[in-house]
Amino acid sequence: MTVKQISVFIENRSGGLREVTDLLAEAQVDIRALSIAETADFGILRLIVNDTFKAANALKESGIVYSVTDVLAISGEDKPGSMARVVDALADAGISLNYAYAFFTKSKETAVLVVRVEDIPGALNVLKIPGIKILSEEEIHEL
Amino acid sequence: MKKYYQPEIETMPVEEIKKLQSERLVKQVQHVWDHVPYYRKKMEDAGVSPDDIKGIEDLHKLPFMTKDDLREAYPFGLLAVPKSECVRIHSTSGTTGKRVVAFYTQHDVDLWEDLCARALTAAGATEEDTVQVSYGYGLFTGGAGLHGGSHKIGAMTVPISSGNTERQLQFMVDLEASVLCCTPSYAAYLGEAIAERGLRDQIKLKAGIFGAEAWTNEMRTDIEQKLGLKAYDIYGLTECSGPGVAFECEAQDGMHINEDHFIAEIINPKTGEVLQDGEKGELVFTSITKEAFPLLRYRTKDLCILNRKPCPCGRTHVKMCKPLGRSDDMLIIRGVNVFPSQIETVLLNEGMTPNYQIIVDRVNNTDTFDINVEMSAEMFSDDLSKVTNKEKELVAALKTMLGIQAKVHLVSPKTIERSEGKAVRVIDKRKLYGV
Repeated sequence: MTVKQISVFIENRSGGLREVTDLLAEAQVDIRALSIAETADFGILRLIVNDTFKAANALKESGIVYSVTDVLAISGEDKPGSMARVVDALADAGISLNYAYAFFTKSKETAVLVVRVEDIPGALNVLKIPGIKILSEEEIHEL
Repeated sequence: MKKYYQPEIETMPVEEIKKLQSERLVKQVQHVWDHVPYYRKKMEDAGVSPDDIKGIEDLHKLPFMTKDDLREAYPFGLLAVPKSECVRIHSTSGTTGKRVVAFYTQHDVDLWEDLCARALTAAGATEEDTVQVSYGYGLFTGGAGLHGGSHKIGAMTVPISSGNTERQLQFMVDLEASVLCCTPSYAAYLGEAIAERGLRDQIKLKAGIFGAEAWTNEMRTDIEQKLGLKAYDIYGLTECSGPGVAFECEAQDGMHINEDHFIAEIINPKTGEVLQDGEKGELVFTSITKEAFPLLRYRTKDLCILNRKPCPCGRTHVKMCKPLGRSDDMLIIRGVNVFPSQIETVLLNEGMTPNYQIIVDRVNNTDTFDINVEMSAEMFSDDLSKVTNKEKELVAALKTMLGIQAKVHLVSPKTIERSEGKAVRVIDKRKLYGV
């Protein structure tokens, strides 16, 4: 079970990020989670949104370079040790993380860790831990 | 002090030079016709035979040669003597696509070194001098040419090559170098280094011969002040031996073309029509003494003006101005020839969209070379390290192709400036041609 993440190329110049956020606002896309990785020249904006299809279409029409990737959205209790259990499980199984970022949900007492791994089945297998839940696309959209 | 290296030739009356050129041209055309099937075919296609060439007045009947011919005939197609008679090659900096390899017999090397000796003598160098040759040695003609010329005049030659500024300065001070030969941008750079270290009083330089890239008179003043010397320009190209095709005299007002070895013409780059002296056009050379690699009517792509007014230095050979630009899109960056099409080739080879823009500038007398590349879906990934690895691969591939390092910047698609729908591929901020 994976969720779709949209990664967007952003040139490092003033207004670079704004172009994308304005575009998504106009398309009435709701951003659930966001992270940015950057170098001196450019950044990669990673987004989990409520409507991936709509967001991708809006980006495509504007000629913005993006890609859609499957990532794992792992939900756990928002308390010390919760994230450690997830990372430990993956590390023990020798599954390396390409990158990860976290966000909190509004209502529930849970945090969501988004991880990108090459070995998705392997990761799903070792994450069968009590109190840890792998979210589906629908569940993410409803958060 | 010797004023001329070969006075009888350098001050030969103009009519005699023309006579000499005619004799040598007739012989050279026959030599090429007999030994270079590639050019013979070009002549046949143009309906010309050696019988039609009776002197320089018939030069215009001969077909032009361009860099494309050199590439097509690569490597041996234009060689006019058996390989066993060649003693050396030189090659232009750069690339697979546009590489030029020129061949030399021992006689060719001797004559070329004479030309460099003329340039050194014109700059006031004698056997009393120490000549620091800070041009690159190797395939590049700069180091070898001035090195040979320095030997010919009996000067003490310091074959230090380019780079390693600390060592350059140490030798300059310790060995009391009096003549410096390098690119003008490197000279300016050394000037800065000398000022920074407070070495100005310990420098004994009196003259410098600076070529292989375009420079302005403002830059000349700057170099002369910083290094405390008189700066002389020199012109040449690998296709015609190398540096020394033309050189500046004490008048510092144009470079005398060595007309006993090269016939210069100025043509309209669009029509090929020969223009009058004083008109601006493309410089074309015919080498009339080269044995191994004789080029007839070779188009340099340098835009230039010829000046036949008598020169106060007493030399009678025609003068060319500093090149005023190019009739093609070639850039010279840090002394290296760069064609925008090479960057396109690399991008395509790397599976990228060839949307790029070259930005060249000169900061602290050193050329900066930046390439903006539009990001494409093929190159993009959600994984930063994958993108930066591809970027590194691209930088390495560009270095291999161009021979110099470029700074690559990944930019958003469709952000490269378009002018009337056409992408602006080159922004050169250096103002090299003083216009």
